[in-house]
Amino acid sequence: MSAEAGVEAARPAHAAPTGVAAWSRWLRPVLLSLGPILATLLFSGALLLAFGVSPIDYYQAVLHRGIVSPSGLQEVLTRMAPLLLVAASLTVAFRAGIWNLGGDGQFLLAAVVVAATAPLLVTHMPDWLALALCMALAAGVGALWSLVPALLRAYQGVNEIITTLMMTFLGVSFANVLVKLVFLDPATTVPQTRTLPVDDRLPHLFDTRISSGLVVGLVAVILVHLVMTRTAFGLRLRVVGANARAAMHAGLPVPRLTVAVFALSAALAGLAGAVEILGVEGNVRADWNPAFSLTVVPLVFLARFNGYATILFVFLFSVLSIGGESAARLTGVPNFFTLVLVAILLLLLAVAEYADHRHRERTRA
Amino acid sequence: MDDVPQRRGKTPIVEMIGVSKRFPGVLANDHVDLAIRAGEIHVLLGENGAGKSTLIGMLCGLMQPDAGEIRIDGQPRRIGSPRRALDLGIGTVFQHVMLVPALTVAENMALGKPWWRSPDRAALGRRLVEIGRGLGLSVRPDAITGTLSLGEQQQAEILRALMRGSRVLVLDESTSMLTPKGAEELGALMRRLADQGLAVVFITHKLKEAFAFGDRISVLRLGRKVGEIAPERKAAMREADFTADVLGLMFGTTASPAVVAEETGTARAPRRARGRELLEVSDLAIDGYAAEPGIDLTVAEGEILGLAGIDGNGQRELAETLAGQRAATRGKIRLGREAIEALDVGTRRRRGLRYVTDDRLGEGTVGSFPVATNLVLKEIGEAPYWRHGVERPKAIAAHARDLIDAFDIRTPGPATPIARLSGGNIQKALLARELSGPARVVVYAKPTYGLDVQNIVATRRRIRQAAERGVATLLISTDLEELIELSDRIVVMAHGRLVGMVENDAAARERVGALMVGAGA
Amino acid sequence: MEHLFTQAFLTALILGALTAGIPLLLAGLGEQISEQAGVLNIGIEGMMLSGAYLGFLVAYRTGSIWLGFGGGALGGMLVAAVMVLLCVRLGLSQIVIGIALTIGAEGMTALLHQFQFSQSYPRLPGVATLPIPGLSDIPVIGPALFNRPAIVYIAVALVFVLAALYRFTNLGLNLKAAGDKPAALDAAGVDVVRTRAVAVLSTGILAGIGGAFLADVGAGLFIPFMTNGAGFIGIVLAMLARGRPLYVLLGALLFGACLSMTTALQVAGVDIPTDVIQMLPFAAVMAVLIAFGRRASLPAALGLPYVRGAR
Repeated sequence: MSAEAGVEAARPAHAAPTGVAAWSRWLRPVLLSLGPILATLLFSGALLLAFGVSPIDYYQAVLHRGIVSPSGLQEVLTRMAPLLLVAASLTVAFRAGIWNLGGDGQFLLAAVVVAATAPLLVTHMPDWLALALCMALAAGVGALWSLVPALLRAYQGVNEIITTLMMTFLGVSFANVLVKLVFLDPATTVPQTRTLPVDDRLPHLFDTRISSGLVVGLVAVILVHLVMTRTAFGLRLRVVGANARAAMHAGLPVPRLTVAVFALSAALAGLAGAVEILGVEGNVRADWNPAFSLTVVPLVFLARFNGYATILFVFLFSVLSIGGESAARLTGVPNFFTLVLVAILLLLLAVAEYADHRHRERTRA
Repeated sequence: MDDVPQRRGKTPIVEMIGVSKRFPGVLANDHVDLAIRAGEIHVLLGENGAGKSTLIGMLCGLMQPDAGEIRIDGQPRRIGSPRRALDLGIGTVFQHVMLVPALTVAENMALGKPWWRSPDRAALGRRLVEIGRGLGLSVRPDAITGTLSLGEQQQAEILRALMRGSRVLVLDESTSMLTPKGAEELGALMRRLADQGLAVVFITHKLKEAFAFGDRISVLRLGRKVGEIAPERKAAMREADFTADVLGLMFGTTASPAVVAEETGTARAPRRARGRELLEVSDLAIDGYAAEPGIDLTVAEGEILGLAGIDGNGQRELAETLAGQRAATRGKIRLGREAIEALDVGTRRRRGLRYVTDDRLGEGTVGSFPVATNLVLKEIGEAPYWRHGVERPKAIAAHARDLIDAFDIRTPGPATPIARLSGGNIQKALLARELSGPARVVVYAKPTYGLDVQNIVATRRRIRQAAERGVATLLISTDLEELIELSDRIVVMAHGRLVGMVENDAAARERVGALMVGAGA
Repeated sequence: MEHLFTQAFLTALILGALTAGIPLLLAGLGEQISEQAGVLNIGIEGMMLSGAYLGFLVAYRTGSIWLGFGGGALGGMLVAAVMVLLCVRLGLSQIVIGIALTIGAEGMTALLHQFQFSQSYPRLPGVATLPIPGLSDIPVIGPALFNRPAIVYIAVALVFVLAALYRFTNLGLNLKAAGDKPAALDAAGVDVVRTRAVAVLSTGILAGIGGAFLADVGAGLFIPFMTNGAGFIGIVLAMLARGRPLYVLLGALLFGACLSMTTALQVAGVDIPTDVIQMLPFAAVMAVLIAFGRRASLPAALGLPYVRGAR
């Protein structure tokens, strides 16, 4: 077995669901998610008590801000937009067996380029055209930033974990260089790009404050899901991901497909950057790096690359992070607690899945 | 060679008494008794799934019996781990070599020693060479294991077992990865080991090897031991009687004459009239091998051209070049008069060129994907299974059900991940994929490698039937019997070149054998 | 440009390379152990952070730098223990668990720090250096290389200790085997799970000390998220160096030099944005990969949990 194949085999394979009863198809996953969520609440509740904070107050604050209050919920849904696009980006790559861990670099550079161009474009053309051009530009920038890892992987077999991580570090610094030296807004003292006027940003959905980026994100995740599971192109990518040698044997152009996967994945990451800038931020400040990619990686894994499950996990994550910010203010627990909560949840979800897997192994025959 | 009388009546080193092992839904071993004696080659025969691997797993500490006991030198013992088995003097050489490819041979010998110690590479190497010399083996201790041939790696494993002071040496399907010559050499080695007083346990499903190498034969079927042939009786038997007896035990009934004929290699392909040439290869040079002289060969409609040779002499590369997976450095390939050397895999396939790979799970299938998907793996995006690039699950499932029926693929359903099937059924699925539709030229690489007797028979029947329908067949095999049974002509390959062509007549066996080892025809 | 290569500049550069490079060295050496044994230890960032926090806390409370490093080792090992349980023992996804542990350690250390010190960032006193007689008097490199805290010498010595361990002990062979063909190691009677567990715990110890160095020697204080990707650089160093500790040292010094270049340049009176300099090591690695890419192969079983009997 080649060294490459070893890592490849670690990439979870996936079979089409066998015809099982509806309850096991829907109810089991739901139970498998609810169990760990409850356990997480207990665990972190104990932790909160240890810090001298009432868990009830904290959770109430999270729930209130994250789901109950309209403004909070709208913020949650807006936050989901870039996360969903990043999730779509990762799903394409992981399903095709490519570890694109460079999403943050692709995201950030696209964001910076969009932040620099959007304020210029909107003065010359209708908003919709400017926004569309910016999104295309972002996708292009993202894809471009993945080109070297893609070519190295496709034609030289260089492990993409190293190269994409390198490109992310490189990209974060490069984005800062761009913000501080090239695209600096001369009108401000803090180093940041020009700001896109609020009126020119992505429109809000209906009468809410939800950015229409959410729609872009949802469409991307569902489209990726359908393409990967229902089309010939998606199957080709999955074959490459599950067994590259079988792909060669079946006559698939593996190097070209590999480059296509990188391009697609990175373009989606870039698009996430555009949506965040055009819909929420309006500009990029120096040293701004939300590092969405790394946090979404485990979510995508836990969803087993299923688009619908991904949407649920991303929603959950957004509720926790937005609600957590508010709960932190109200109860005096530092915002960092959200990170701990998310970590515990990830660990318990993984353990639950393991237990379920073991259980099914035992009862299969 | 037979010094049976001296061996009789020795107390066994290892006794397995009434040993049972249950897995979910299967009784893998059901009250099996087995006695292993010094100086004896004990052959364990049985079909795939008969329970051989389970029995050996318990013997070498990988699993524990649910019932029964294992005695060593008359004492009941628990073999709780592979290490315990080694300590008790039971060394195992598995079908898949258990050496670490990245380490040198000598370093592999050091594995399992206390961790704080330093591996004395020089001393280990010297002992290795010394023990090897006593058995007529030469293995370079400082070679990186991954660079050695499978036969050499196996020899290294046997030497390792001996260096650890094993009294019982278990060889699990050890010949399945070897060339005929390699298997013969292993047989001779087993004999020398037994003569030195070792107890050898040899697991196989090949009757010929069992007869040629074994002293005592135990036959397993469906988890039960169904018969044992003692050395005295075995020594007195003729091969034909032995084969008939053992087949009866392995399959439960008196085996049908056809099976016996296949197994003993007496069935011969009827001569066929030569049709028009379908595959013409001229002056082909394979990537990675010397370019001169190029390969020339032709296969006619309905003809089976056998390609003999020791494994690793360019057969796989030739097959891949023909299929389009590997670029030729020079030369022409014509499929029914049309040049195809510049075409890609998919186009060649659509023109009727098929390739049945021997690496069934490595490249032939995607193990985690459903059987149905694997059956259309080489037609992704094509009608009627896809329309405008969108999958049509019903068409794919219907196609799968047809092939599952036609090729008798035993699977719980079309949606079952193919890796869950047995090797024989995976091979059936591959044959179904390659032989269905407009197949004109089929290249088979070692089509029966690793299969059990029933599946070997079924596979050879498929190959013959396809040829009778007019398929031009290139049959690559390291099994000389198989080539003689099926082929019209046999070409021999060595070092990436064809070194001779032989009509499949009475003298074929000897002449092919001579060509394979480098003596001219 | 001749004013650039003054003695002060060179001393600052070498000093900075060592100070910034030692945490990377320790992380890279630690990760190397895991990777050899077949565990892609993505949680190393969390281990460093945990080590940085505990390392700082212990040093601050006890006033002993050595106890601080002990605390760092303990902090890294705590996170590693979770990784051993979930990834090595139960065979859960190394990526999911690794990232979760990193996130958890980030949150937990920041949280604990805030509870203990609220918004203040108390500093440790400077760490005593251990001049090596004779050598420390050499101009330029003397003060930079041979008048350092003792832990620096220990970390560098560790490179050779590990190299010897890999080459001259059966443990070294076991680690390699666990990463290349765990089934073969198992068949040879060595417990694969235990071997990998030892590897991951060692990673935790080294990464933890690396984190403690960052806090106690480098910065002199603890700041939440202060590792800032050092663990990931460690992963890359280990992947590039494969089984050779000396290459980790070279890589760590290269990265360290680039990371500290800005300070050194400021000493020399040149003002180049930090970010440009910080791009250098990554650009250098990419250039190396483009030139020699094919050779960056990894252990065959990297990332794969080992289950006996499964193929």
